[in-house]
Amino acid sequence: LSEKNEPEWLSEEVKTGTTILAIEFDGGVVLGSDSRVSAGASVVNRVMNKLSQLHDKIYCALSGSAADAQTIAEVVNYQLDVHSMEIGEDPQVRSAATLVRNISYKYKEELSAHLIVAGWDRRKGGQVYATLNGLLTRQPFAVGGSGSSYVYGFVDAEYRKGMSKEECQKFVVSTLSLAMNRDGSSGGVAYLVTIDEHCTEEKVILGNDLPTFYDQ
Amino acid sequence: MAATASMMQSFGPNLSAQNDLVPDWTRTEVSTGTTIMAVEYDGGVVIGADSRTTTGAYIANRVTDKLTPIHDRIFCCRSGSAADTQAIADVVAYQLGFHSIELDEPPLVETAAHLFKASCYRYREELTAGILVAGWDRRRGGQVYCVPIGGMLVRQPVSVGGSGSTYIYGFMDSNYKPSMSKEQCLELTATALTLAMERDGSSGGVVRLASISEDGVERRVILGNQLPKISTH
Repeated sequence: LSEKNEPEWLSEEVKTGTTILAIEFDGGVVLGSDSRVSAGASVVNRVMNKLSQLHDKIYCALSGSAADAQTIAEVVNYQLDVHSMEIGEDPQVRSAATLVRNISYKYKEELSAHLIVAGWDRRKGGQVYATLNGLLTRQPFAVGGSGSSYVYGFVDAEYRKGMSKEECQKFVVSTLSLAMNRDGSSGGVAYLVTIDEHCTEEKVILGNDLPTFYDQ
Repeated sequence: MAATASMMQSFGPNLSAQNDLVPDWTRTEVSTGTTIMAVEYDGGVVIGADSRTTTGAYIANRVTDKLTPIHDRIFCCRSGSAADTQAIADVVAYQLGFHSIELDEPPLVETAAHLFKASCYRYREELTAGILVAGWDRRRGGQVYCVPIGGMLVRQPVSVGGSGSTYIYGFMDSNYKPSMSKEQCLELTATALTLAMERDGSSGGVVRLASISEDGVERRVILGNQLPKISTH
């Protein structure tokens, strides 16, 4: 009996194929992600929430290797808790992003995960930081994951400065839907997190409620 | 620059890929990196392409014409290896011309597409060619056929191809609607190509457009500074 008879998902690494994005508006941020986790061609989790909380008003979006991304998020969550107790107030979004960047950069050869950090703090309001490969840069919006390639054109064309919270949410949902339609490693439901001064709202949009396009 | 042991190798066929003494464009195959697009409308088709041909990191031709006529009302958009696609297009143009003379009427777009498919599929192991066949004929009006790498054939109302196409799938899905007019198709194609050229290093230069209908072929060029402006940070 050859070894080849075992199902491939036992030997394939588990990846969050993924589409993730975060966008800032005046007064907060919106984060979005799909929910598919794949091991080779198998979908091992079709409802995974890839928006992970780092602090009350700071979230991060996970992509790449599921294990690496989750571990980075957990470690930074711990480090942020300690840090916020030390300074006696809520941490800045840039601090969280810096902690993520420090791990991504130091272990860049061993890890293969990209986290987008976004949140709200009192000093600078809504902020989105990209930490790909160990860099740190603040952007009005950031996309990531395998599905992001297919929607670069869409986000470049549709993004406008000064969008409202509702427009940002619609933008995120449309972008996720388009990416999930084209990327085999993205799919399932869409998770949305909206963070502003007053509240942090988590929302799920089921598959059949996502926007549809001309060929569906 | 420190001379390390690895740089003491002899020149000739043993040159490693990392050696800076010989530029990589002398060794890399010429490829049309590319973004190409074709859209059907009621009465014809609109096709478009960027104009960059690369050998590695060097741009061998920055004003390439990737919209190649196969017959009076049938064009093809070429992506992949420049040599392969030029050779296939020449072969198909010859075969189609001959067939049209035998038939004594203009050939069908579907026929041209099948000729492309026949060559691309038979020699699929040797070729790297992604082709969009588009045109107008009296039987079915405007048609777009997609013959990607591997040699499949499928008709689609709108299709994109080339390395830059991945970036505009989302834009195309959200902005294309069935029954658009010719002007809307031209605008959609120009904007989509511009977006792809912004993001894809292998696509760039000018945007070449053509619209094909019963009345003939209208070609235009949009230069770099005339491209639609995209609001990005």
